[in-house]
Amino acid sequence: MLDVKAGDDSSFELLLHKYRAPLVNFLYRMVGDAATAEDLAQEVFLRVYRARDGYAPSAKFSTWVFRIATNLALNAQRDGRHRLRQVSLDQPLDGGTSDAPLDIADGQPNIEHELLTRDRAALIRQAVESLPEKQRAAVLLHKYQELNYDQIAGILNCSESALKSLLFRAYETLRVELAPLVKVGRAQQARSKTREVR
Amino acid sequence: MGNCKRIEENLIAYLDAKAGPAVRRQVEMHLAACPACRQRTTEFRQLWGLLDELPAPPPSLAFDAAVQARIAAEPRQRSWWTFLVPSPRLAFATTALAVLSVWLLSVGPSQSPDSSVAQQQSSEAEFGMIRDLPILEDYDLLANFDALSELPVQPAVAQPESQRP
Repeated sequence: MLDVKAGDDSSFELLLHKYRAPLVNFLYRMVGDAATAEDLAQEVFLRVYRARDGYAPSAKFSTWVFRIATNLALNAQRDGRHRLRQVSLDQPLDGGTSDAPLDIADGQPNIEHELLTRDRAALIRQAVESLPEKQRAAVLLHKYQELNYDQIAGILNCSESALKSLLFRAYETLRVELAPLVKVGRAQQARSKTREVR
Repeated sequence: MGNCKRIEENLIAYLDAKAGPAVRRQVEMHLAACPACRQRTTEFRQLWGLLDELPAPPPSLAFDAAVQARIAAEPRQRSWWTFLVPSPRLAFATTALAVLSVWLLSVGPSQSPDSSVAQQQSSEAEFGMIRDLPILEDYDLLANFDALSELPVQPAVAQPESQRP
């Protein structure tokens, strides 16, 4: 970033290359819409470019850039401009790359059968999107960006201790929400172990 | 239960393998004695594996071009020294103002000698009139002298006044 500040355009391209995918992924998981995520990620780079002259390396560049992204995503949601996408039974399952609709179990309601046949990714996405915004940002930065606690705390403007409590509450909520999937996974693991023993 | 609450804050760091030795030992001792927290820890690990299944689309191929286009549309930032360089509009306005000022200054002083000459001329005429005032008074006296009007008029032999003796 200091090279960008010095007027080196190729360094900005390096930053673009390094951070575009993590930013788009993070913003997609925050706002739930691919086009909005791209738009916001572009805005992040634009703000980085605008602020290059006044940039002071007081924190890691990744902390700074994800703080911009988090603030943009939270503001966008609070403004109501970009609502989280609702899971539709007809929509593609994998963010637009597949045309297959969700499979829904028919006949008598059987929660286990339904959970087995429903798309797991859609359920996971819905559970993550249902988290309070700060918990959601904390989980996404911790789980998918693998940032350190001090970086995430800096982005969310809280202490490390508060962040760890926030993360625990968020994962505890997800554990309860996704308990059927977790149990299914555990049962599958147990079955595969039994097969290996035989 | 009290111990369960106490390890909540450290459980995530323990699972991340980022807890210090003392904290790790404390959590492990608690897990060995608490089946509920042991199960929770196992399920947290499974949950993290489950979260890896959440897809995220890659940036579109046009992403870089879109960013570059937005940057190109940004107004260029001006350095501090550019304030010293006048803009063409400002330069034109300043020049026009200077030319106007010079013209006004050059026109102003040239008018005052004319007016003073005119004033001087009118003063001289006035002075001359005052100087000739006795003659004019004599003229008035002669023009309005009633005794002359009583003289007999001889129109036939009347001569022009200029030929009179």
